[in-house]
Amino acid sequence: MSIEELLLALAVFVLAIFVGYLTITRVPPTLHTPLMSGSNAISGIVIVGAIIVAGSVGGLLGAILGVVAVALATINVVGGYLVTDRMLRMFHRSDEER
Amino acid sequence: MDESTKILDNVTLAAYIVASVLFIVGLLWLRSPETARAGNRLSALGMLIAVVFTVVDRDIVSYEWIIVGLIVGALIGAIAARRVQLTAMPQMVAIFNGFGGAASALVAGAQILSQNDTGDVEPVVSVTVALSVLIGSLTLTGSLIAFGKLQGIVATQPVLIPIRHVITAVLVIGGLATAGILIYDPNLEWALIAMAIIALIIGVLIVIPIGGADMPVVIALLNSYSGLAAAATGFVIDNPMLIIAGSLVGASGLILTRIMTRAMNRSLGNVMFGGFGVADSTGGAAPGATAADRPVRSVNAAEATILLGFADSVIFVPGYGLAVAQAQHQVRDLADMLKERGAEVRYAIHPVAGRMPGHMNVLLAEADVPYDELKDLDEINDDFRRADVAVVVGANDVTNPAARTDRSSPIYGMPILNVDQARSAIVLKRSMASGFAGVENELFHMENTMMLFGDARASVENLLSEMKEL
Repeated sequence: MSIEELLLALAVFVLAIFVGYLTITRVPPTLHTPLMSGSNAISGIVIVGAIIVAGSVGGLLGAILGVVAVALATINVVGGYLVTDRMLRMFHRSDEER
Repeated sequence: MDESTKILDNVTLAAYIVASVLFIVGLLWLRSPETARAGNRLSALGMLIAVVFTVVDRDIVSYEWIIVGLIVGALIGAIAARRVQLTAMPQMVAIFNGFGGAASALVAGAQILSQNDTGDVEPVVSVTVALSVLIGSLTLTGSLIAFGKLQGIVATQPVLIPIRHVITAVLVIGGLATAGILIYDPNLEWALIAMAIIALIIGVLIVIPIGGADMPVVIALLNSYSGLAAAATGFVIDNPMLIIAGSLVGASGLILTRIMTRAMNRSLGNVMFGGFGVADSTGGAAPGATAADRPVRSVNAAEATILLGFADSVIFVPGYGLAVAQAQHQVRDLADMLKERGAEVRYAIHPVAGRMPGHMNVLLAEADVPYDELKDLDEINDDFRRADVAVVVGANDVTNPAARTDRSSPIYGMPILNVDQARSAIVLKRSMASGFAGVENELFHMENTMMLFGDARASVENLLSEMKEL
């Protein structure tokens, strides 16, 4: 990574933190648990890194670490999105018939 | 960068931009329960796009094991998501945070091990590997301890190891030193392993002294760490998708952490290192003894029902005791009955009620309570003085008026629900044992407060059957 690339990556990092801050302060307290489980699923994005490492890194150790990482990250992604959906399905207003 | 060493091609990068937009719009749609479900699906679609385009990327050479990892993980995740009780959501989120942290640390570790085989490791890589492995490892063990506490496997009271601050300080210095060695010479694999082990121990040591009622802060903080570890791993493998998504989660967790600590009027440092609630760990004997000296008005379900049955305005105040007793459905039945009698019913939710942010809201949503009846502290606090009855179900410290008036109280300054201002209060509680903060609740001794002792669920059931007779 050159200095230019590092600065670019840092810019992406700082901007994403700002976007996250501005977005998430608008989430009402009633949705804080789904927010946590949903953002949990997003942090499973490391699945992308795990796939790259498991699929391209040479050596047995690297491959084993990569596959374990793929499995753990997939639990996060699949479990996180499904349980968030399960919770959000239950929220309804008083004037909504179910 | 040389074309052959380039990690991502342009198509994959474009897919990552689309995925990032979907994540952000998905989070934006969480601003209302009406759009939240669609938002979650958008976010999942973003994840699918990111994964698919990564898998078909030309640099992926072996697929067999990736598929095995995907299938195993998807099965475990799907089963866990279906089976988990909603009262156990804090545990589930805690352990998922841990898995995310562990995955980030493993990816960073695997990457530096492989780069050592092929040649020079750039300083950016070794620094961010150190960050990712440190944060990811302590997130794993910290989350496992939090899971254990919430599940009742590990003691929920603060466990205070003597000279723990010294031990933690030594370990932090050791962790930073090994990180320094690794950055200086990335070929020293022992430094990587030593650093990971030290971080794993730090994770245990920082969560084990923290008591159950402070878990909302811990879970929010570990949530943030799992995101930051993913972002650090993004720097390691030069992947903007990880940096963007990891930062979003890191910011989200930090905001929630701040909301939780503000709702307790404590600093993050006090929560993490204060050993708060230690008085409670002695079994509450000392506060219990003083409580016995002062009178409380204990009533039975029939007496409480007379009060409730003729109320025009009722506010329920749920706390962790509601989750423990799984009383949410009974509370909703009681609310329905009160509404049939013409009463206005609302729920006052303190930000730190329960064991994670929003815990009570999810439980009550499960029991079909409409979300517009759930009011947060600022919305409802002025309405208590106009309420006929406030019914406290398994909440304690968040209703203690001493937080407003008693400067010597450990919870002084904490925003509380003004239950004491309601015309009457009915408190459903197991016993007179003090709450997490180890302080006596002034509310219980007030003239217009009635104590209905017993398991919350059984008590509400008794109220229901009395109400039918009324």
